[in-house]
Amino acid sequence: MSADAARAPAAAAGTPVLEIRAVTKAFGERQVLGGIDLTVSEHRAVALIGASGSGKSTLLRCIDLLEEIDDGDVFLDGETITDPAVDPVAVRRRLGLVFQAYNLFPHLTALQNVVLGERRAHSFGRQEADERGRALLARFGLEGREDDRPDRLSGGQQQRVAIARAFAGRPRALLLDEVTSALDPELVGEVLEAVRDLKAAGMTMVIATHEMSFAREVADEVAFLHEGRILESGPPEQVLGAPRKPETQRFLRRLSHI
Amino acid sequence: MSEPAVISDRRLERETAKRRQARRGQAIAAISTLVVLGGLTALVLTSPGWPTVRETFFSWSVFKDSFPEVLDAFWLDVKLFVAVEAAVLVVGLGIALLRTSRAAALFPLRLLAVVWVDLFRGVPVVLLVYLIGFGVPALYLQGLPTDPVVLGGIALGLCYSAYNAEVYRAGIRSIHRGQRDAALAVGLSEGQAMRHVILPQAVRRVAPPLLNDFISLQKDVALISILGPQEAFRVAQIVQGATFNYTPLIAAALLYLAVTVPLARLVERMGGPEGAAR
Repeated sequence: MSADAARAPAAAAGTPVLEIRAVTKAFGERQVLGGIDLTVSEHRAVALIGASGSGKSTLLRCIDLLEEIDDGDVFLDGETITDPAVDPVAVRRRLGLVFQAYNLFPHLTALQNVVLGERRAHSFGRQEADERGRALLARFGLEGREDDRPDRLSGGQQQRVAIARAFAGRPRALLLDEVTSALDPELVGEVLEAVRDLKAAGMTMVIATHEMSFAREVADEVAFLHEGRILESGPPEQVLGAPRKPETQRFLRRLSHI
Repeated sequence: MSEPAVISDRRLERETAKRRQARRGQAIAAISTLVVLGGLTALVLTSPGWPTVRETFFSWSVFKDSFPEVLDAFWLDVKLFVAVEAAVLVVGLGIALLRTSRAAALFPLRLLAVVWVDLFRGVPVVLLVYLIGFGVPALYLQGLPTDPVVLGGIALGLCYSAYNAEVYRAGIRSIHRGQRDAALAVGLSEGQAMRHVILPQAVRRVAPPLLNDFISLQKDVALISILGPQEAFRVAQIVQGATFNYTPLIAAALLYLAVTVPLARLVERMGGPEGAAR
């Protein structure tokens, strides 16, 4: 990762890593994504905000090919990944996804959770994978918890293991799906700290979140989803500070009342 | 951590009361056991037929004479049980995996798996033992086994693999979808996700019902006696026929219990803490 690109001015920021073009997705009769366009350039973080059910999770799952899109295209490093001929396994090895409910493997220790993908999907040797895994866990403040099963860890610790797991495959982009929504309030900070760390390291990210102050701090761009469409997007200070659309204004007003 | 044991009066009071309640509970349990068991024993012992029953079912001398013979025959049951169970665990898993797979190329095998389960689970075991034990040798086909023990084992294996397959399948389906998603998200293929993430959890979860089927199979091994092999039940019957005394059957029953009861305790221990954790 070049340091120059990280410092490049926002508008002229590096090459696009993810390009989402006119993506639609329906579950049965229900249209969940109604034509999404979004570009995420290298080293940039895009925050997706919007009410529950606005399509944030579905969009992330579509990008990671856990759901099949109905129409449009998603490009990763300029290649389409949503063509039926593309091997989804190869694509997922270049992306990382962190789930709202952590989804750690309960039968494996923290370290085994982190190295499973490295060993089976990226063919690292056991020793190298373990070394990298330990280093990653230490990086996210989990030194000494390597051999604990998930049920011995707090929610915040579990989510940090999940972040380490997603990051372990050296993804081109990291997709974070409301990673703090399932946490007790006092545990939110430690997980956000981990995301901040990744951002500082230049990770390209798409972050679905309800934490507006966090979005403002970490994101280079905020996109407001409403009923499966991006109604408004731009720099955080503009979308969050001076929203143009009435729907965005209403959404933010409701949040500030909670 | 806190100050060393300053026990309040209130707590002492509470503990005394709890001890009193526990003692009372034990006393009630002891008395009711005595009443129920004593009553049943008295009922049996005072029944008009008891002297005859004692002689024909619980004759110590017949027991002593027949036990070694029945025990000897019981090893056949144990050997057959172990062999069939091992095969059934593997075949059942294979069928379950076929039924849950989605690969287009496997369609014919998937169809076969469905038929296998429907057929062999839907037919009484006795009937399967009869059909295979007497039907296969009647074909006079080269290479097919004719040993009644092997044929009986195959019949039991067909039936129990169908049951086991459904237990495995239920286990696989019970693993939350998020586990598969997470496995795919770290870059595993569908097959790897099954092998490294879903199956290990599923098998752990269904270990108690699988063991339950073990116990059932261990008893059903006696069914091969209808094909002729001299296993425990068969031998007990032979001795019974010769002595006009049913005690050998009691001996056989005790031998089956000697295996099934420990297995049952094992099932409970496996189901306990693990089940509670979920």
